[in-house]
Amino acid sequence: MSVAGPDAKTGLAGSGPPRDVMVDGNEAVAKIAHRVSEVIAIYPITPASPMGELSDAWSNEGRLNIWGSVPDVIEMQSEAGAAGTLHGALQAGALATTFTASQGLLLMIPNLYKVAGELTPAVIHVAARTVATHALSIFGDHSDVMAARQTGMAMLASGSVQEAQDLALIAHASTLRSRVPFIHFFDGFRTSHEVAKIAAVHDATLTSMLDDDLIAAHRARALDPDRPVLRGTAQNPDVFFQAREAANPFHEAVPTVVQAEMDRFASLTGRQYRCFDYYGHPTATDVIVIMGSGAGTVREVVDASTAAGRAVGVVEVHLYRPFDTTAFLASLPATAERLAVLDRTKEPGAIGEPLYLDTVAALAEGWPHLERPTVIGGRYGLSSKEFTPAMVLGVFDELASSSPRRHITVGIVDDVTHTSIDFDADAWSEPDHVTRAVFYGLGSDGTVGASKNTARIVGEQTPLHAQAYFVYDSKKSGSETVSHLRFSPEPIQSAYLVGQADFVGVHHLPALDRLDLLDVAAPGATLLLNSPFGAGTWEHLPAEVQEVIVAKELEAWVIDGHRVARAAGLDRRINTVLQTCFFALSDLLPQDQAIEAVKDSITKTYGRQGPAVLERNFRTVDGAVAALHRLANPGEVTTDRRRDQVVAASAPDFVQRVTGAMLANRGDLLPVSALPVDGTFPTGTSAFEKRSIANEIPIWDPEICIDCARCALVCPHAAIRVKVVPRIALDDAPVSFRHKEWQDETGQSREIIQVAPDDCTGCGVCVSICPAKSKEMVKHKAINMEAKRPHLATERANWDYFLTLPESDRTTLKLASIKGSQLAQPLFEFSGACAGCGETPYLKLLTQLFGDRIVVANATGCSSIYGGNLPTTPWTVDDNSRGPAWANSLFEDNAEFGLGLRLGLDRIAERARSLLRSLTPEIGELARGLLDADVDDEATIAAQRDRITELRGWLADNPSPEGQRLAALADHLVRRSVWIVGGDGWAYDIGFGGLDHLLATGRDVNVLVLDTEVYSNTGGQTSKATPRAAVAKFSAGGKPTAKKDLGMIAMAYGNVYVANVAMGANMTQTVRAMAEAAAHPGPSVIIAYSPCIAHGIDMSDMMGHQKLAASSGYWPLYRYDPRREEVGEHGLHLDSRKPTVPFREFAMTEGRFALSAQANPEVAGALMAAAQRDIDDRWHLYEQMVEVERTARYGLVDDADDDHRGGGTGSGDD
Amino acid sequence: MTDLTTSYLGLVLDHPIVASSSPLTGDIDHLLDLQANGAAAVVLPSLFEEQVEHEAVALEATYEWASGMNAEAHGGYFPELDDYNTGAERYLDLLDRAKAELNVPVIASLNGTSVGGWTHYAEVLQEHGADALELNVYYVAADVELSGADIERQYLDLVEQVRTRIDLPLAVKVGPFFSSPGNFARQLAAAGADGLVLFNRFYQPDVDLEELTVAPDLVLSAPAEMRLVLRWIAILRGRVDAHLAATTGVHGADDVVKLVLAGADVTMMASALLRDGTSHLRAVRDGVSGWFSERDYESLGQARGSLSQASVADPDAFERANYMKTLLSYRPPV
Repeated sequence: MSVAGPDAKTGLAGSGPPRDVMVDGNEAVAKIAHRVSEVIAIYPITPASPMGELSDAWSNEGRLNIWGSVPDVIEMQSEAGAAGTLHGALQAGALATTFTASQGLLLMIPNLYKVAGELTPAVIHVAARTVATHALSIFGDHSDVMAARQTGMAMLASGSVQEAQDLALIAHASTLRSRVPFIHFFDGFRTSHEVAKIAAVHDATLTSMLDDDLIAAHRARALDPDRPVLRGTAQNPDVFFQAREAANPFHEAVPTVVQAEMDRFASLTGRQYRCFDYYGHPTATDVIVIMGSGAGTVREVVDASTAAGRAVGVVEVHLYRPFDTTAFLASLPATAERLAVLDRTKEPGAIGEPLYLDTVAALAEGWPHLERPTVIGGRYGLSSKEFTPAMVLGVFDELASSSPRRHITVGIVDDVTHTSIDFDADAWSEPDHVTRAVFYGLGSDGTVGASKNTARIVGEQTPLHAQAYFVYDSKKSGSETVSHLRFSPEPIQSAYLVGQADFVGVHHLPALDRLDLLDVAAPGATLLLNSPFGAGTWEHLPAEVQEVIVAKELEAWVIDGHRVARAAGLDRRINTVLQTCFFALSDLLPQDQAIEAVKDSITKTYGRQGPAVLERNFRTVDGAVAALHRLANPGEVTTDRRRDQVVAASAPDFVQRVTGAMLANRGDLLPVSALPVDGTFPTGTSAFEKRSIANEIPIWDPEICIDCARCALVCPHAAIRVKVVPRIALDDAPVSFRHKEWQDETGQSREIIQVAPDDCTGCGVCVSICPAKSKEMVKHKAINMEAKRPHLATERANWDYFLTLPESDRTTLKLASIKGSQLAQPLFEFSGACAGCGETPYLKLLTQLFGDRIVVANATGCSSIYGGNLPTTPWTVDDNSRGPAWANSLFEDNAEFGLGLRLGLDRIAERARSLLRSLTPEIGELARGLLDADVDDEATIAAQRDRITELRGWLADNPSPEGQRLAALADHLVRRSVWIVGGDGWAYDIGFGGLDHLLATGRDVNVLVLDTEVYSNTGGQTSKATPRAAVAKFSAGGKPTAKKDLGMIAMAYGNVYVANVAMGANMTQTVRAMAEAAAHPGPSVIIAYSPCIAHGIDMSDMMGHQKLAASSGYWPLYRYDPRREEVGEHGLHLDSRKPTVPFREFAMTEGRFALSAQANPEVAGALMAAAQRDIDDRWHLYEQMVEVERTARYGLVDDADDDHRGGGTGSGDD
Repeated sequence: MTDLTTSYLGLVLDHPIVASSSPLTGDIDHLLDLQANGAAAVVLPSLFEEQVEHEAVALEATYEWASGMNAEAHGGYFPELDDYNTGAERYLDLLDRAKAELNVPVIASLNGTSVGGWTHYAEVLQEHGADALELNVYYVAADVELSGADIERQYLDLVEQVRTRIDLPLAVKVGPFFSSPGNFARQLAAAGADGLVLFNRFYQPDVDLEELTVAPDLVLSAPAEMRLVLRWIAILRGRVDAHLAATTGVHGADDVVKLVLAGADVTMMASALLRDGTSHLRAVRDGVSGWFSERDYESLGQARGSLSQASVADPDAFERANYMKTLLSYRPPV
């Protein structure tokens, strides 16, 4: 490990004028926090994770804080854990910090009260993010920090990357002096992820700002057995109140302290802040009060408006708590007549949002002038909703109107409660001195990275200011990205997306067929198309695009980026090619200098990865300029081909109006009335989103197929389906429709394996698993990846026809087999998960087995994102409109949430049975049948449903109040199966306490842990499921400790069904485990090995990796069934054989292990040897466990309270 | 006792038994073990152009492929490491340690198939103190568009290119598949090879009958494979201006003796050491020493080439194909 000086890499250690650097808000803040902390306790949460990750990386490479020690960065099991650790470190006298957002901050709240109540200096840096309400949102607003404003923490708000860095330091300085702990916050994504050019801060400035005597005082207050004290007492009515007031002077002093630190900072850096920064006309009449990134946007408008003679201004609130009334009032011009206070949060039921109420109260308490200004309050920018200059103009117009409304919303159309103001989107033109560029790319093509580099090159190598911001769609596979770049000789404070671009790069040409990407192009703008069609590109553009190019007189250029990249040996990464083209076409830098700069940047980025990668990238740079050419443009539209419909005209009304608008990137225009009031959405919508992202799709060859159905089982996207239909049903099939003989008793059945060509992601898992090879040419299998384009029209027709064929009758299927399960309709289809996702095949299988009667509690994580991130959901319904009912509560509470569902459903079912029992004398045999039937398989469920239909008929014919009540609940006479689904971050870490409690209750619920062994959703952070020796974030040197054995913990209860499965290792075992788990009348846990792109593997072979994982004993397969113990058998059954492959052999096939072996062979060797010992030991343990006899039968305990299991409600089906 | 000292590439070795490039020479512990068991010199495993490129590209893909894919995993899925220690760095570490801890000569080995930026590694290996460089031209001529002459030209270009870059003694290790191996050997020497290592063994593919896949794996050499080497060492002795190293099929003391008699300056062992352990080297050395001593040879120089084609009574025996000999030896029953 190299030990660098403090921030040696950033050159901040020295003195002299600080260097300008291009960083995002997270990095800017982390660079301060890491240098002034000794303990950093963190937990990953978007969008704050990078602050923790960077800190960990820096500590890992030995970067020192300003006092010469390496901060100890520790990842905890939750934000609550991080806050507790922070509290402890502070009480020990250390300087400590943490980073968080959203629910994470909420989980810290109990400790925040403590830390503040004990007057402990600390700073928590928050990338402010929306708190989940009717929906989760990863984006930015102030609802999280506003939920912590009552804790006693001081709150300091930053509105830009520069401010985020500077106020981070001011917060650390202020907390030491005031003893009041601080929340320093800035807008999630908009500031945390915006890359901007800022003036860095030297170590010398940090040292000057943090006084040794204050640090010594903090240490002197610490818990120390040499000077013992008692802290954290329990107080009684006699003194608690007085003691609570005793800290008042400290809170009252905070504003003065902060201003003093701001002034000191100004004297050191020249950048002056105030607790309330007024900007604008000295005698303004109309003033906006705001905090966060929106302030920059308002300042832009104030500049333009005052130049136009309008007396307007803005107060940017930095120190929000404690709220200094005097300073606030003093910041306002005496001439102020009307104030608009804009809050980036919503407090339902309040008179107004918090900043508004504070403003009104402050004015009421102390406005020193004659006429107290009128105040209106507005909400804006929730969940990173765009907040543009045009909207600001709208606010000023509302203020200036004859009767401004007291409460408004900004940026939406509220056609329900009519709070929104009007604004003219065209009322604002971005200034001429700013060069603006927008790049449309795909998530995997490197556009984002290239755009970031472009901004860095310009920002660092020219006097220009630069800004880069990135927007992603909601998908993990084939996601579309939009990069927004600005360059200007003036500082850039525009915290909103580029609206009029001088340069538009379309790096993924097919997007033009679906979306309006050129709306953003300014007249005369340069357009760069990455096209495989070369000189013929024009003819491949839809009419709308040709129209815009002609009408706006765009200067269009074409390059085949993929060809240039391929020629240089870079497969899919077109970043370097397109970055070079941008510089070639823009005049930001002379071309030679630009190319040199691009090569320098390549050297910086890839230099450590060896000369081969460097050379390939250099070749693409040289190849790019040569391959760039002007698009031949006839000056008129030459095609009548229009853009594709975003959703089919046959889609339901809601999908057309609402989902369709979101898919077309027009969701911002949807009015309030279009949206559900309670966050409830229809399922089955992914089928309408024909993304068509694959370049190759699997094509079935029935001649070779051996009917194993594995292709369908493993398809992560349910894009391969199997049906068996009578031959006669195919009479009207298209000629292209393929089918083959199916062996059954009728002798007249045909089997079809069909791909959904527009829903396939081209991951290739199906081909990889297919065991049937041609005898003539072994590379030809029963299913083969082939270029999509020649097959598309045919396969679309085939798929449409396939959908018209009947689904199999579930009562006739052997669902506990691979084939049988695959003939059942999946009710989880076409998710936006990563291509080749290892999780989704399990979910799909789950829905094939029980989908028509399951309720899913889904922990936050990948599965809640590909499962429930709008616009569409993969959870769908069968022909009877039955299907999984799905909800995501939180990350940490999923087990409890699922348990609650179980309890509620059981009570409702019991109520139905009770009503039925009371009506039995009148209903007769039918009621007895409904009450007494064993409902434990598809046939008996179908029979019960028939009886329910009959019951409804009887109830309709015999109306009674009780009958009506029963009718409403009758469907519950088929028991609902509750499935609690989540990843390892939930099950092993943040939700483990709840999961453990759930298992202890003995209730009849099923838990499916999709174990990717890492926090996949937030970008690969270590969890307690991460195996020893694997590299992950927070385990950069390879995880030093063994994976937690969750299955063994669950087995210890004795009444919990536990299965460790890996579909790719033993498909039948997986199917069997799900069936047994569902049938087990107590808690069951299935831990499902789920390969992930965070493993660093070729996902097309993810099933092969599972097989190797099992054969090496890395992932042993087993099922522990307590019911076996009831009949005197051993509970644990090992389903995989004794390991035959050394761990290292398996490990070296995966990047997560191989990376460490390459980077640090000796450490990795030791870790791998330890991992092998883990495997050997665990296998030895399991072998002994197989022989273990337990004497306490879980059933004996449970039978004492039958009610726990829902009381005779046909529990067999669950 | 016979003086077994031999000279190879200007290096004076105690005896003619060198530990050839193999997994055994890939870590310092085994290298020390080989030295302790009497290896006269060691050849490190090849720094493979293809492997180094593959590792670097795979590393780049691991980091780049998933970065920027979605908003929550904006920066990709793996932590940035301080040092990725790509192939060449790891190799240089091994060379540094070998040079620091071994007393016997350390011959670095470089595998490349083409002239390019790649050849700069020859200079790097020289800078890191290798005593000599073995250029391991491991190339299967699978491109049916390329003629034998094209391929030979590539080899020669490569040797010339490397020769211009380094002052170190340079050996070239090639396979036997040339139309005129002897003539080509002379061309290699003319291009700058100080020594020839005969012959490279290629990994040969196998077929997995269960999976119907091609399944290459490592098969250790068999003693009979030494015969091919023996023939060409004998033919080239005295006819090519380069040292001759015999490799492939060198398993026991008899093999070493035969090869020296045929004209080898050194012999190189790998398979037998992998199979029987490094102590086998000591046994072979003792066996060789015994063989020459028992027959009162004063030095190895006396014996070297004494059974070369130029030195034997029946030089045709090295040229005759086996079936000819069989036919000629055949005597019909009376």
